[in-house]
Amino acid sequence: MANITLRVNGKAHTVDVEPSTPLLYVLRNDLNLSGPRFGCGLGQCGACTVLLKGEAVRSCIRPVSAVGNDEITTLEGLAQNGKLHPIQQAWIDEQVPQCGFCQNGQILTAKALLDKTPNPTDAQIRQGMNGTLCRCMTYYRINAAIKRAAKVMA
Amino acid sequence: MNRRDFVKTTGALVVGLAANDSLFARLAQPPGPYPDPDFLQLDSWIVIRADNTATFFVGKTDLGQGTGTAFRQIMSDELDIAFDKTSCVMGSTHNTVDQGGSGGSDALQTDGYPMRRVAAEARRVLLEMAAKQLGVPVSHLAVSDGVVSVTEDNTTGVGSLTYGDLIGGRQFNVTLSGKNTDTTTGIAKLKPVQEMKNVGKSPQRHDIPGKVDGTVKWAVDMTAPGMVHARNVKPPVAGATLVSINEASIRNIPGLVKVVSKGNYVAVVFEREENAIRAARQLKVEWKKPATAPFPSSENLFTYMRTATPSSTGKPVETGNVDAALANASTVIEAEYDVPFQGHTSIGPAHAMADPSNGQMTIYTNDMKSYGMRNGVAQFLGMPRDQVRVIWMDGPQGYGRTAADDAGFEAAYLAKEIGRPVKVQWSRAEETAWDTKGPAYAVKMRGGLDAQGNVVALHYDACAADHNHLGYNEHETVLISQLMGTRKSPVSQGRASLPSDMYAIANRKSTTRVVPLPMPFETPLRTGNLRDPDGPQVQFALESFIDELAHKAKADPVEFRLRMLQASTQDDSGFKRARSIACIKAAAEKFGWDPRPSPRGDKPSGSSGDILTGRGIAYAYRSQTVVATIVEVEVNKQTGRIWAKRIVVAHDCGLVINPEALVRVVEAGALYGLSRALHEEVKFDAEKVTSVDWVTHPTLRHEDTPERIDVVIVNGDPNPNRPDLQHYGAGETMVKPMLAAVANAVFDATGVRMRRVPFATRGSLRR
Repeated sequence: MANITLRVNGKAHTVDVEPSTPLLYVLRNDLNLSGPRFGCGLGQCGACTVLLKGEAVRSCIRPVSAVGNDEITTLEGLAQNGKLHPIQQAWIDEQVPQCGFCQNGQILTAKALLDKTPNPTDAQIRQGMNGTLCRCMTYYRINAAIKRAAKVMA
Repeated sequence: MNRRDFVKTTGALVVGLAANDSLFARLAQPPGPYPDPDFLQLDSWIVIRADNTATFFVGKTDLGQGTGTAFRQIMSDELDIAFDKTSCVMGSTHNTVDQGGSGGSDALQTDGYPMRRVAAEARRVLLEMAAKQLGVPVSHLAVSDGVVSVTEDNTTGVGSLTYGDLIGGRQFNVTLSGKNTDTTTGIAKLKPVQEMKNVGKSPQRHDIPGKVDGTVKWAVDMTAPGMVHARNVKPPVAGATLVSINEASIRNIPGLVKVVSKGNYVAVVFEREENAIRAARQLKVEWKKPATAPFPSSENLFTYMRTATPSSTGKPVETGNVDAALANASTVIEAEYDVPFQGHTSIGPAHAMADPSNGQMTIYTNDMKSYGMRNGVAQFLGMPRDQVRVIWMDGPQGYGRTAADDAGFEAAYLAKEIGRPVKVQWSRAEETAWDTKGPAYAVKMRGGLDAQGNVVALHYDACAADHNHLGYNEHETVLISQLMGTRKSPVSQGRASLPSDMYAIANRKSTTRVVPLPMPFETPLRTGNLRDPDGPQVQFALESFIDELAHKAKADPVEFRLRMLQASTQDDSGFKRARSIACIKAAAEKFGWDPRPSPRGDKPSGSSGDILTGRGIAYAYRSQTVVATIVEVEVNKQTGRIWAKRIVVAHDCGLVINPEALVRVVEAGALYGLSRALHEEVKFDAEKVTSVDWVTHPTLRHEDTPERIDVVIVNGDPNPNRPDLQHYGAGETMVKPMLAAVANAVFDATGVRMRRVPFATRGSLRR
């Protein structure tokens, strides 16, 4: 066990865990954050996605010791001053989720995509989002929500 | 309390309610026991508070299709209260009457009616109370948005009373009638649908904001003081017998609570989750393989099925004389269609948390059939029913998976063993290998055409691998129970289903049989209810073969189908036939269907180089809901890649409660069918499932997303404006025709017929 300090959604937290523990379980069980979710533990589906220095990463395969002092943003940290991020608002406006379990990863992956590619084409959305799976198959509506958010953010 | 607070309100969580509030007592955590809410008491269904808001208590679960929002719409309409002043509590066995949870897409079709009736009854009772207080007859009262006003002869000087004034915080104490929750009723009449103000509008789904901002509490988020984490250790091959466990092999991992085993069920329980995961991988367990192979390999499955001795045979259904008609037909064709086992492979593996506090057992779960789990767990643990409660919460898509919800039983068993709250979480490999499967089908079709190209005979001969089909959270059929040695006898015999269509074919025969796999118990190839349990398989065979017949008749596939629907037969069902025709025509019109036979054959404009384009149609019924789907595909000749570029779904489920939510469900459901058509197959060797993650078990991805999806809402009712227009289910029908629609489109593009699902990974087009 070791004391590790994480910076999550603008706050510092110190936890006493095995350094090899995947970040996901520390966020969920020690910090009580429910945005990132367990889907595969293999980095294949994206349900556990968090933003690390703005990059969408898979917290289920990232050892907590490898995070360092880099700022982590979870779904809970996306809204600012009580106002939803335009991507979250677009998700509501388009009524995207079905069960919603994967949408954490969809929203945060979209955030990383739009930060790099503010006006993505359909092809860029399909490619940029391709590793983030949805078993309710809300892909078509996710595509529409990303384009809606891009317009608002422009 | 605002709506968002309501949204966060479940049996487990009471947010934003004052302790003296009338809802608080209802929603707070009682210590138990937990008697069944009485479905014959109006108070079990509706609570109205002093601030003139209403909370509806319904015994259904919302898997993310917006049924909870739809219930609020229909109930607020019957009650005459503003939609925004309502909320809905769902699926908690101690709080909501047993309406069975989810299943069969019956939320609106069946359960919506008692909900409407009890809301109408509450309105009637409130108006009587108002009449008494205001001293006028009910006929002199009007109600709007929960405010009762006197329309004439107002002598009291009181202008109006709200529902909150009349009943807020008190009980109705009104007894209803009916022999079960489906037939529960008061004496009030339902409104004509034309007077329902919220129906047909699209208020946003109340579950979505919390799913988008991270505030929703999922079942998997539930914790309790002293809670520990469990992981299962499954047999490495199906049918293996536990010989010994070497607990020393995990001694180096801190926080062990217990290694639990009974029969062939093994679990490790730890203080911390990551240590339970590590231990489940590291634990050395000796298993003995079964003497005989539990099943054939997936490569040999269909050969096995076609030659295996049936465990049951369906009663043949025949009209006319198919053999005689085939003997006299101008053209006779036959074809075989194979659909493999397909899993649910939920995005979130099975999980549940069980809390044994106060001598009771509370299970927090995304189980779609929470009531079934309550009964099953009580029997499994030998506890009185009223000491077990199941609290439904949001979770990853189930679509039938949680009708046999192993994790809830496991959590309850372990919690009882250990005496502490236990969370069980399955791994990805465990879920993908061991979840319940949709049955595999091997179908043979025969059909004959007369000289004019009319279908004169059709024979559907189906074989389903559906022996020992799992029930609804039965204590003797869930996996933990099987692994502990329980053998339900006789097993629940599955079935091979019949096509659902309204084609008028003079000579028609259906023969069906079920075949068992060699090992019926403790097997990962256990069949259960998948989103439309066997409709996609059956309709793939039927609607592909209808397309093959149209090809032989050199007929346009749309015209060919309409011809069979317009033909008159003795068993003509005009209602269903009219709606079938309306859907097919609506789909063709929206798509811009250009009548011609398939395959396309020529070099079409828009096709270039290696890309071929084509379109296909298929249609299906499920219960009273009808769907016609047209898919346009692009097929890459070199890579074999199939892209469904455009999808049109014409959908008739009667009265539509929330059009936007319906369209979202149909869009996603159509793509789910596309995923099953293109990608999904349970693969196995002769001892274990080998498709265990998202690499070995492919699914539809963003790259497969169509350029455009059009959902056309159809009302093909012969009397479309009748005041009692029914609302039918919409959760599954759209899946049924997708496999055939894609196959027919691929044939149109390439001339190659897809007779084996899935298409994308078979390489059939690469020759």
